Amino acid sequence: MTMDQVVVNVVIPAVKIAVVLGIVSGGVAYLTLLERKVLGFMQLRLAPRRVGPRGLLQPIADGIKLLLKEDVMPQGADRALFLLAPVLAIIPAFASLAVLPFASEPFTIFGYTITPYITDVNIGVLYILSITSLGIFGISLGGWASNSKYSLLGSLRSAAQMISYEVPLGLSIIGVLMLSGTASMVGIVEAQRNAGLWFFVPQIVGLFCFFVAAVAETNRLPFDLPEAEAELVAGYQTEYAGMKFAFFMMAEYTAMIVVASVCTTLWLGGWMRPFPNIEGLAFLDWLNFIHPALSGVFWFAMKALFVLYVYIWLRGTFPRYRYDQLMRIGWKWLLPLSLLNVLATGVWLVLR
Amino acid sequence: MMEINMGPQHPSTHGVLRLELTLDGETVVDVRPVIGYLHRGVEKLSENKIYVMIPPLCDRLDYVASGSQNLGYIQAVEMLAGIEVPERARYVRTILAELNRISSHLVWLGTHALDIGAMTVFFYCFREREMILDMFESFCGARLTTNMFRVGGLLDDLPPGWTAACRHFIDLFPSRIKEYEGLLTTNRIWLERTKGVGYISAEDCISWGVTGPMLRASGVNYDIRKTEPYAAYDRMEFDIPTHKDGDTYARYLVRLEELRQSTRIIRQALDTIPEGEIRAPKLKTRMKAPVGEVYHEIEGPRGVQGFYLVSDGGEKPYRCHFRSPSFVNLAAIGDMSRGGLVADIVAIIGTIDIVLGDCDR
Repeated sequence: MTMDQVVVNVVIPAVKIAVVLGIVSGGVAYLTLLERKVLGFMQLRLAPRRVGPRGLLQPIADGIKLLLKEDVMPQGADRALFLLAPVLAIIPAFASLAVLPFASEPFTIFGYTITPYITDVNIGVLYILSITSLGIFGISLGGWASNSKYSLLGSLRSAAQMISYEVPLGLSIIGVLMLSGTASMVGIVEAQRNAGLWFFVPQIVGLFCFFVAAVAETNRLPFDLPEAEAELVAGYQTEYAGMKFAFFMMAEYTAMIVVASVCTTLWLGGWMRPFPNIEGLAFLDWLNFIHPALSGVFWFAMKALFVLYVYIWLRGTFPRYRYDQLMRIGWKWLLPLSLLNVLATGVWLVLR
Repeated sequence: MMEINMGPQHPSTHGVLRLELTLDGETVVDVRPVIGYLHRGVEKLSENKIYVMIPPLCDRLDYVASGSQNLGYIQAVEMLAGIEVPERARYVRTILAELNRISSHLVWLGTHALDIGAMTVFFYCFREREMILDMFESFCGARLTTNMFRVGGLLDDLPPGWTAACRHFIDLFPSRIKEYEGLLTTNRIWLERTKGVGYISAEDCISWGVTGPMLRASGVNYDIRKTEPYAAYDRMEFDIPTHKDGDTYARYLVRLEELRQSTRIIRQALDTIPEGEIRAPKLKTRMKAPVGEVYHEIEGPRGVQGFYLVSDGGEKPYRCHFRSPSFVNLAAIGDMSRGGLVADIVAIIGTIDIVLGDCDR
């Protein structure tokens, strides 16, 4: 291999992966702060504001606390699996970041053209679906290995829940794939530019199904049964402490970021500014004076933040569903609804 | 079949309740409540104290509604010793007891909703409870275990400005109830989590001795404030909310309506409160009660609170017994939750509205 090939095939991807992982890990830490701040705002309280200016260093303090905490191994736990479970939870969450297109415009450094996403594969959507569904292993193994009944109940719940919601999750995406004719994440955004409108307009039902199923997949209120603190103490993570617990939390919040990014890419026009085909609104890409990729990242982040805000909003508003009701919604409402959406999209594609 | 211990350390057992659950998957086969973790022997302690030293102990039975406990005990002593309470004191007692009912119901609503996952309601409820506790503080100096009544009347009259603060609160409160209702009453998830959950029939309520909002939510119109009025309740005009469904949602609606009725009672009492003495004259601290016994019941926020005192003519009660609604109502949990799911248990503990201090005494 020539030097050039080494740089293109090894160094550049490695640097990109490091940058994305670094930014997303920081984002995860600050997402917890954002959640606490937004919830505090909704609940008439101040939220953290002691550590650093207006509490901005709180995530760092939390991180240090979790790092220094005693690592407890419950009696009778399956040692190997207990240690493996948090790792199994976090790897798929991070791996799914690989195909997220944060912006499109490539930039040039030292003569090398670099795309502002890690990679673009022609089955990007399927890759994300399959990788994120592996996260269930971490949760169910963690619950099983803890040797605690609360953990076991939590992991059984999450196994059933995540498997059930995989189905509507996958089906809700199909409408978008039919409209765009590609499963590449970059291709889908480009298709939205060519169509002249973001896909949430024709695919609002798909977006709804996807979001509901994704909230269930990421175990968030109103579907946070696996860790329902009022019932199961903390579900599968009851026995975890310190960094192992932090890994589960990071996996959960990374999954939220991935869901927000997928929503952004598939339905909300990805990195594009609002109305990308109207020249008069070009000032919205105000970061273009540095580089077009930056304004892409800006709009991507804005849209993803909006979806994340909806997540937190739900948590501030809704009670928790019961196990049987959750299953009923998944199989009796979301599945038929997403199937109908596929059917309707197909009919429209044939007739137009 | 799986045996699982819920409590005494558990986020939603409201203190130190322990439930031994037998589960078949997620389905509850059996529930056995285990109580006594908070037993402090209040009844026995009371036998070694003179009559006026007991109210602070009563405060610590049901610390969420200490005013009601206080009122019940003190009225029992007054009945035993034949003390007439001045009219103004009766009105103030009514106002404070109703404020206490509101604050107790707010704790119930907040924690009940929190258990079911609705976090925000909790903070809303505690905002209003804070206002009530501030009023208690300005009246008697304490917020939770208030000890605010005295045998024969009150320690002090209402402080200046208190009436205005109370009026401000009752003017504000109905709009705040609407806020809670906006978050819960028509919320689909709330409906699904509470409708049909923890059903108990009127017959079962009566045979278990269940009282209070639970009994009324099963369709029995029974409220001591109406049947045997005490304090100034016989002068007040108010309705007793009932519901026929007997499930968690019915109990939720009944308690919310009680919040409104309490506001109504307080408003009337503030409007018609007479001037005058606040304390019966010539009472000794080391008072003696004539030989005899008395059983007095009041309508607490959780149900019928009974106070049984036996006097041998001395300055201490010969025997005390307190009937606590939490204890009696909790006994029905088995019947209410069998066949439900684990998540229902949490809703049912919340809807029974237990205070373990009251339950274990």
